[in-house]
Amino acid sequence: MAASADDAILAELCERVRAAAQLRSPLRLRGSGSKDFYGEALAGAVLELAAWRGIVDYEPSELVVTARSGTPLAELEGALAERDQFLAFEPPAFGPATTLGGVIAAGLSGPRRMYAGAARDFVLGTRLLTGSGERLRFGGQVMKNVAGFDLSRLLCGSLGILGIITEVSLKVLPRPRAEATLRLELSAPAAVAAFNQWAAQPLPLSAAAWWQAQAWVRLSGAEPAVRTAREQLGGELVEASCAHEWWEALRHCRHRLFSQPDIWRLSVPATAPPLALPGEPLIDWGGAVRWYAASLDATAVRASAAAAGGTALCWRGSAPQGRFHPLAPSVAELHRRLKVRFDPAGIFNPGRLLPGV
Amino acid sequence: MDGVAIATALRAVLPEDCVLTREEERRPYECDGLTAFRRLPQLVALPRTEEQVRQVLLTCNRLGVPLVARGSGTGLSGGATPHEQGVLLSCARMNRILDIDPLARVARVEPGVANLRISDAAAAYGLYYAPDPSSQVACSIGGNVAENSGGVHCLKYGLTVHNVLAVRGYTIAGERLELGSRAGDAPGLDLLALTIGSEGLLMIVTEVTVKLIPRPPCARLVMASFADVHSAGDAVAAVIGAGIIPAALEMMDRKATAAVEPFVHAGYDLSAAAILLVESDGTPEEVVEQVAEIECVLKACGAMSLRVSGSEAERLRFWSGRKNAFPAAGRISPDYYCMDGTLPRRHVGRVLEAIGEMETRYALGCMNVFHAGDGNLHPVILFDANEPGSWERADRFGAEILELCVELGGTITGEHGVGVEKLNSMCVQFSPAERAAFAAVKEAFDPAGLLNPGKLIPTLARCAEYGRMRVHHGQLAHPELPRF
Repeated sequence: MAASADDAILAELCERVRAAAQLRSPLRLRGSGSKDFYGEALAGAVLELAAWRGIVDYEPSELVVTARSGTPLAELEGALAERDQFLAFEPPAFGPATTLGGVIAAGLSGPRRMYAGAARDFVLGTRLLTGSGERLRFGGQVMKNVAGFDLSRLLCGSLGILGIITEVSLKVLPRPRAEATLRLELSAPAAVAAFNQWAAQPLPLSAAAWWQAQAWVRLSGAEPAVRTAREQLGGELVEASCAHEWWEALRHCRHRLFSQPDIWRLSVPATAPPLALPGEPLIDWGGAVRWYAASLDATAVRASAAAAGGTALCWRGSAPQGRFHPLAPSVAELHRRLKVRFDPAGIFNPGRLLPGV
Repeated sequence: MDGVAIATALRAVLPEDCVLTREEERRPYECDGLTAFRRLPQLVALPRTEEQVRQVLLTCNRLGVPLVARGSGTGLSGGATPHEQGVLLSCARMNRILDIDPLARVARVEPGVANLRISDAAAAYGLYYAPDPSSQVACSIGGNVAENSGGVHCLKYGLTVHNVLAVRGYTIAGERLELGSRAGDAPGLDLLALTIGSEGLLMIVTEVTVKLIPRPPCARLVMASFADVHSAGDAVAAVIGAGIIPAALEMMDRKATAAVEPFVHAGYDLSAAAILLVESDGTPEEVVEQVAEIECVLKACGAMSLRVSGSEAERLRFWSGRKNAFPAAGRISPDYYCMDGTLPRRHVGRVLEAIGEMETRYALGCMNVFHAGDGNLHPVILFDANEPGSWERADRFGAEILELCVELGGTITGEHGVGVEKLNSMCVQFSPAERAAFAAVKEAFDPAGLLNPGKLIPTLARCAEYGRMRVHHGQLAHPELPRF
C-alpha cells in the first residue's frame, strides 16, 4: 500500500475522532464485527477500522511482530506459520475476518492460556489514538521495557473504551517441535485434580480440558519431553487431525456446547471444586474456565463463582444486570477516572466494558 | 510541614517503634541501590501490618505529605530515593509468607519478603518463583512488583508481570484495591498490569500472590567464546532463529570477563572478545537434545571454543562470574554506574561498538554484561566519584547509551525502572502527549500527587531544559563542561 494512501486512512480516522469528540457523539469501534456479541451493549456510530491493516515489521529472530490493528488475524498467523512461529496465547476468532485490533481490545486467550500466558502477556507495545485525536506510542518491540506505566497491557482487554488501538507489537514463539493429545476417562473432579497435579510437575502441558466424562490433555514441546510425558500420563493417544479439531473448536468457541442460546463463562482458580450449578460444564484452562450452557439466574451464578474465588461472565444470552461480573466500587471508580482522562468527550465504545463508562 | 508534626500524627496511629525520627535512624534510608542520589527523609515509618500501612497513607493524605515506599533498597534507579519533606515507608517488617498452596501453585506473601525466600519456601514442593533478579537474596517482592523486575531467565519464564497473579494494596486515600485474581482472568481493565512496574506512584501494595512453577529437573550451561562481539551477537540471533528458547542467554564482553575472572575463577576464556552463556533446562532427555542443537548453532556461528557444564557445581561456577559482574566492577573501580537499555537484538554489535567509541570520548571505561536473549544491555560505566567531573561524565555517557537504544527502536530501561535516574531520558523516549498520558494515569490514582512524587514522569520544564542541553545524537556542544 502506498504511503500516501496509508496516511489518508489514518488522517481520516483522526478526523472522525476529532469531529466526534467535538460533538460528543459516540463511536462504535469495529474491526470485523466478529465480537459484536461480546460484552455490554453496542452504542454509537460505527467507525470501521479494518482498512488500517498490514504487517509493519516482522523479524523472526527477534521473536516480535508488529502489525496494524485492522490486520486480519488469519493473515498475521499465516505470516508467522511460514516462519514456524505462532501466537502462543491462541487467540479465539469468531469469524474469518477477525482483526488483530479486536483480538487485543477483547484480550481473550485460548486453551494454552494457563501454560503459555494470556494475550496481555504477549503485548509488547501499542499505538493509540486518543479521544483528543492524539497519536501515542507505548511500550515497543523489545521483550523488556519498564519505561513509564505499562499502558500497552492496560489497553489489552479494554474493549476500546480508552481509545483506538492502531498498532500492536506482540511477542511470538517458535512452534513446538512435537505435539500429542491424550484422552482419558475421568470424572470432572478427578480431571480437575489431575490437571493441577500434572501442572505442578515439569511436564510439557499446553492445554487441559474436560467434557462429558473425558479429559483431553495436550502436550507440546521437545520430542523427548512429549514422549516421556505421554508414557507418564497414560490414556489414549488422539489422532492428530481429530486433536487439532477438538482444540480449535474449544479455542474459537465452536464446540457444540456453544450452539445453545445462553452461555455463561466462569473464571475460577484452577483448583476450584465442582460448582453447585445445574448441568455439567465444559472445562478448559486446566480447570480455570467452566462453561455452562444454560439460562441461569445471574445472581446465583455470580455468587457461585465468587464463592469459588472467581467471576462469572454472561457470554451470550440475556443479562439484565450486565454481562460482566460487577467490579468492586473502588475499582469501578478508577475505571471512570481513567476513562475521563483518555476520552474526555466519552466517545469511544461507551458502556461496552462497564455501564456508564 | 515539619517532621515533628508528622511524627506526632503518625505516633497517634502507629506503635512507638514504628516511627523513626532521629537522624542516625533515618540515615540508612537516604538512598537505595543508586547511591549517587541521597536525600534524608523527614521520618521513616516501619509498619508491621496492612492496617498500619493504611493509617500511614491516611495520615500523609490528610497532612498533604509525600510518601515514598521502600522494599529492601536494592533498586538501581533511585525509585526509593526519599523525599526531603516526606515520609519513607519501609515494608521491611511486612515479611511473612502467608500461605503456599502447592496444588494451585501459588504463594501469598507480604511485600517485604525477599524474592529468593519464596523459592526456598516452595522448594519442598518442587516449585519455585521464576523471576530472579541478581539481587534476589535481598530484593523484596514488593520492590519487584514496583519495578517489574526481571532476571536472567526472563526470555523463557517472563518478568514479574507474567508471574504475579494478584495484588492487594491501598491508594493514598486509604482505599483498598484488590487487583488480578487466582483465576485465569478478571473483569474490567487490567489494573494489575498497570500497577506492576508503576514504581510506587499509584498505590502501596500490601500483599502479593505469585505463581509458582515446577523446578525443571535438569539444567546445563553451554559456554562459548567468540573472537569479536559481532559474531557473538549473530550467534544470539541464530539460536533464537533456530527455534530454540533457552532458559537463559547471556553475553559478557572481554572487559567484563577480565574483571570477574581473577576473583571468582569461573573458567572464562579471557582470549575471547565476548562469551555467551546459554542455559538449557527441562527433562534430562530434552536438555541433551537442546544442548546438542545449541552447540551446533554456536559452532556454525564461529564459536572459537565451547564448554558444556558437566555437573551442577560446574554450571553454578560458570554462572558465578556473570552473577558477580557488578561486585567485580566495584573491585576494579572506585565507583560504577550500571545502565539498563534494551534494544532489538540485531543491533547488539553496533551498540557495543558505539560504546567502545564513547569510552574514548568520555575517558571512562565500560564493561558490558548483557541479557542477550532479551536484548537487555547492562553497560557498567567505571568512574571515580572523588575525581571532579567524573560522575558527570559517567551520567552523560549513560544517557548517550540509552538514547542510542531509543534511536534503534529500544528503550531506556528494560528492568531497573526510571526512578529519579532516567527522568531526562524519558523526555527522549516519550512525546509530551505520551508523558501527559502517564501523568493522567497518576492523577487518576493519586490526584494530589503524594505517592513517590518526582519519579518516573519528568515535568515539562525538566524536559525543556534537557532538550536545550542535548543536541543531535546526544552530542553536547561542549562535552568538557560540567552541566549540573
